Formats: sequence, C-alpha cells, structure tokens
Amino acid sequence: MKMKKICFVLSVFFVLSSCGNDDDNSLQEADVTFSFNHNWDGTEVTSLDFNTIQYTNANGEELSIERLRYLVSRVMLTNASNQEYILSDYNLIDVGTEVGLTFTGETEIPTGAYTMSFIFGFNNQDNIDGAYLDLNSTSFNVPMMLGGGYHYMQFDGKYINTSATETGFNYHVIRAVDNPGTNPIFPQDTFFEVDLGTINISNDVSIEVEMNIAEWFRSPHIWNLNDLDTVLMPNSSAQIMMYDNGQSVFSLGTITQ
Amino acid sequence: MKCLKLLFVTIIVCTACTNESVQRYQPTPLQLDIPPLFEQNILAPIIPSDNPMTVEGVALGKKLFFDPMLSGDSTQSCASCHAPQNAFTDDTRFSDGIDGNFGNRNSMPLFNLAWNYDERFTWDGRELSLERQAFEPVSNPIEMHSNWQEVTAELQNDSEYPELFDLAFGTSTIDSTLVTKALAQFERTLISGNSKFDRHLLGQETLTPEELNGFDVFMDEARGDCFHCHGNANNPLWTDNIFHNNGLDATFTDLGLGAVTGDPTDNGKFRSPSLRNLVYTAPYMHDGRFATLDEVINHYSEGLQASPTIDPLMKKVDQGGVQLSEQDKVDLKAFLLSLTDDAFVTNPDFQNQ
Ligand code: HEC
Ligand code: HEC
Repeated sequence: MKMKKICFVLSVFFVLSSCGNDDDNSLQEADVTFSFNHNWDGTEVTSLDFNTIQYTNANGEELSIERLRYLVSRVMLTNASNQEYILSDYNLIDVGTEVGLTFTGETEIPTGAYTMSFIFGFNNQDNIDGAYLDLNSTSFNVPMMLGGGYHYMQFDGKYINTSATETGFNYHVIRAVDNPGTNPIFPQDTFFEVDLGTINISNDVSIEVEMNIAEWFRSPHIWNLNDLDTVLMPNSSAQIMMYDNGQSVFSLGTITQ
Repeated sequence: MKCLKLLFVTIIVCTACTNESVQRYQPTPLQLDIPPLFEQNILAPIIPSDNPMTVEGVALGKKLFFDPMLSGDSTQSCASCHAPQNAFTDDTRFSDGIDGNFGNRNSMPLFNLAWNYDERFTWDGRELSLERQAFEPVSNPIEMHSNWQEVTAELQNDSEYPELFDLAFGTSTIDSTLVTKALAQFERTLISGNSKFDRHLLGQETLTPEELNGFDVFMDEARGDCFHCHGNANNPLWTDNIFHNNGLDATFTDLGLGAVTGDPTDNGKFRSPSLRNLVYTAPYMHDGRFATLDEVINHYSEGLQASPTIDPLMKKVDQGGVQLSEQDKVDLKAFLLSLTDDAFVTNPDFQNQ
C-alpha cells in the first residue's frame, strides 16, 4: 500500500515538472519537422494520382507514375558559426506507400537563424554498400555489378511511345559509374546538395519541401523517354543528365511556426 | 512527448511495485535461430508482443501443424499442403482439400515468414498476420473444411493437448486463438538461410563460373533485372514481399490484390515469392502454371503479356521480353538453384517427429 502511494505521488510530481514548459511561448529550443510534398508543375501529386497516364513532360510524352521512392540524407540546419544540427541522417521517402513523407528531428534545436539543406541521395562517403539494414530490407540497393551502394531514386511509370504503345520507364538515379566491378570509374558525382535558404527559428517549426516531378524531364536536358526509358542505371551519361535536371527539382514550400 | 515518456516510465515503476510478490508459471522464452546474413543485413523479424516465442508454444504449434485432427474428417493436416520435404509447400498445381475440391491457387512454401515486414500473407495479401492466417484453412470448405467449435472440442477431449496448452499458455482451456498462436510460433521457426549462395557470401564456398554469370544476369538491368523485386546480395530474403503484375496474362481470371483492395489498378498483382528452395517448390506462380524453372525463365525472357497493370520493370513487353541468350538462361537457372537450402528441408526440428 505504502509503495503504491509513493508511486502515485512520484508520478504526479513527474507529470507536473515535465509538462511545465510545453505551452511557454518564449522557447529556448524548438522541434523541427520536415515534410516532403510533390507536384507536377504546381498540381499536387499523391499516391491517389498514381497509375493513370495524365502528365505530359517537356518533350510532349504523356506518362503515369507507378512508383516513386527517393532518399534524402544529412537533412540539417547550420547556424552562423557553422554548427550543424542533423535532423535526419537519412530518410527514404516513398510517395506510393506514403512512408517517410514527414519527420521530426530527434533532438530539439536552439532557436535562432539557420540555413537549411539536405543531400539528394547519399554522398559517396555515406553510400556504403549494404550498410543500412532498413534500406536493405526494402531492397533499395544497387547491386555491386551496377556499382553498389543504394538507389538515390526509383521512379517508375508508363508513357505512350512514338508507336502509340504504353511502355514502362525506369528513371532510377544512382551514383554514375563506368566499368563497375573491381576497378570502377566514377565520371562525376551524381548526388547533390539542396540548399533551401535561411530560416529564423523562434518556435516549433514545420518546413515543407516541394519536389516538382516535371523538372526531372525539363532542364537543362529535355528528356526524351523514347530514347531513355529503361536500363538507365548502367548508363553513366544518363545519370549525369539526371543530376543536371535534378538541380531545379526541389524548392522550399511553406514554413509554419 | 517528454511528458508521455516520463508517464510511461512512472507507469512501469508503479506496476512493477505492485506485482513484486506474485509468482506465476512462465513458459521458456525461445530465441529464433537467425542466420548470420539476416542478422548482418536486414531488420529484426516481427514477433507480435502478444505472442512471444516460447519453447512450449513452438512444440505445441508443431504438433498441431502435423495433426489431422484439425480437419473435418481427420484426414488432412497443415502439412498435407505444406510438406517439409517441399520446403513446406506441395508439388501439385492446386491443392486437394479434404473433399477433393481444388482451389485456384498454388500452395505456398513456408519459411522466413517472420521477415514479411508488412505482414501481408497469401498470394494476394488478404491475411494480415500469421495468427490470423491460421484461422482460415481449418474452416475453409475447399481446404480442411471443419469448424473451430468441433476442432477445439476435440483438442479439449484429447489426452495430451490440454496439458500442452497449459505448458505453452498457462491455461488448459483451449480456444481457437491459442491454437493459431501456437501454429504461428512454429511457423516463425521455419527459417531458411543456409544455401550454397549464402555460404559463398560468407566466404565458405565458391560458385561455379556458370552460377556467377547467372548472378550477373539476375542483377543486370539490361538482362534479368530480377533484383528490383526479388532481393539482392544484401537482402537474403530473395523477395520484396510486395505485389506486382509480372506479365503472366493479358486479361485476368484471378484479380489477386485487386480483389482484396477493390482497386482496379491492383488487378493481376500477386506477392513476389522468395526464390529460395525453388528446386523443392515446383510448380511455380500463384496458379502453379509453370512446371519447371525453364518455363519461368522463358516467361521472363520472351513470354511477357501486356496489360494495363503490368509492372513498368518488365521490359520490351511488345517483344515478349529481353530475349536472354541460351547461355544466360542456363546460367540464370544455375544461380537460382544455388539458393537451395538442403539442410532446411531435412532439418529434424521441422519433421513430423
Ligand atoms: C488444402 C491445402 C492447404 C492446407 C490443408 C493448408 N494450406 Fe496453407 N495455403 C494453401 C494455399 C493454396 C495457400 C495460398 C492461398 C492463397 O494465396 O489464396 C496457402 C497459404 C498459406 C500461408 C501463407 C504463406 C505466405 O507466405 O503468405 C500460410 C502461413 C499457411 N498457408 C499456413 C497454413 C496452416 C497453418 C495450415 C493448417 C492450419 C494450412 N496452411 C493448411 C493450402 C493449404
Ligand atoms: C516486377 C517485379 C518482378 C521482377 C522484375 C521479377 N519477378 Fe519473378 N515474380 C514476381 C511476382 C509478383 C511473382 C509471382 C507472380 C504470380 O504468381 O502471379 C514472381 C514469381 C517468380 C517465380 C516463381 C516462384 C514461385 O515460387 O512460384 C520465379 C522463379 C521468379 N519469379 C523468378 C524471377 C526471375 C529469374 C526474374 C528475372 C528474370 C524475375 N523473377 C523478375 C515479380 C517479379
């Protein structure tokens, strides 16, 4: 009986002491949440829009989206004295199953001014073959004979080709490689850093990132799916074009705090 | 959040204080025997918190799995369609239920089930856990065609079962939930991870040049491109456990996932099976249409059928596929057979006594 009473008193004490600051509005530290939204030239894209040929790319090809998963890593805020706050080491976003679209940093961030950035894919140092159990479990790997490591993006769908047939495309972004195997040659890096600009954090904040999917097909290279639809992983020049086109894909959306 | 965590801790502290003096029988906890490559490469298996693995639970589940008492006329057990020597499937195209009725689905091999992370079981994903799946065959009219009242009554009147349930679950009152829990525990111990290819990855065995080329065909996006759905050297399950239409038919008699979700864009999609132990699991595909691996490989190479839901990973569909060379076909088959785990089908722990 005595024990029970002590427990009760203790738990009341804990509850009171821990919940104290929750609705205090002059925060010292804030929770930061990232959300990834997707659009086709401004029209929102969610899993509900999958599987129907309804988008037209810059080259005039009509297409559908059936699968769209991609990796972002080193999602971080950097303050004026170059101190980095990593909100996520890496995060796999699967638009089709709606997994990973939103995440909150595990640690709170001191309020203040920051620049926001993330890496699309993995940088070479992080792109370690087989190193991430969750990504292995969901088969996001790139086989050794295609260079190893992980996909940066797996974007599959169908388009109507010049002979009016519905055909699959596999726009898979990986680290560009020639001569994969024991003596691989890496012509150029194909991960890239996305700089989202600056933010002044004064409270818990939610930051939206927008991916305009149409940009993957637009600039600087107008993507011709009839030429480049499948087997793009071993095609290092296609990978470099994806890298080029990727530069304009992401932008900062709404910030709420 | 912080507050919740603390509350949680205090709750644990409180319950711990009150339970101190109570002593109850506990069955013996059992650790799954996880193969090294699984341990190193993929996430831990799924064990539901309300059905922990125990030595007594697994022993009971095994006995039930092989016991024809679970069927309407006591002629059929789970093992009738899921036989150890066939990597826990059967060798017929459709399985023969107790009344001689055949379903329209090929039986499935049972192994590495605890690593089906989404817990969507059967070809079309309609069963949402192993426990729930085990409810189904007993009463299914084209399978064991019994009913749970009769089965549990029979088990209750048996000379051994009440005691075994008591040991496994601390109660000798038998109900269908406990039967399915025991079956699921046994099924989770069916682990296959010791094939020639596994030993090759562990540096214990060397593959032949044919097997190595077959592995390359499997991984090459321009040739097999099997890895996007069937795993890779870092995913020892050799399946993604996800639903795809791999181009078997232009029109569907069995809608597969589409019948479960009601979404026509899911029509003709079935769960990718693991490619381990294929030598024991013929015939192949959800309807057992292919008797041999050569037929399967020919299908992917030149037999693809276009349909609106065919997976975009299926290439050159208008030509039936990527037209593998004869050598690549032979080697691909050799690689697939290197995923055979003979020790699994002869494992004494998995045999009927
Ligand atoms: C008459 C043959 C038959 C019997 C008896 C039978 N099964 Fe099956 N089992 C099947 C078939 C056929 C499927 C595939 C069903 C489908 O996809 O519609 C299946 C699927 C399964 C699956 C799903 C495996 C996976 O990977 O998704 C499990 C688990 C299973 N059975 C367990 C059992 C258990 C436990 C019993 C005994 C209680 C049992 N089965 C009795 C024929 C049978
Ligand atoms: C788009 C995903 C996908 C790709 C790529 C793919 N498969 Fe499959 N595979 C499946 C699905 C789904 C099934 C089950 C289909 C069904 O039964 O309707 C299957 C079934 C099989 C089976 C039958 C296994 C059994 O137990 O019945 C074998 C063998 C197989 N695939 C081998 C391969 C090989 C070899 C390749 C490469 C040439 C390959 N697959 C490429 C999705 C895929």
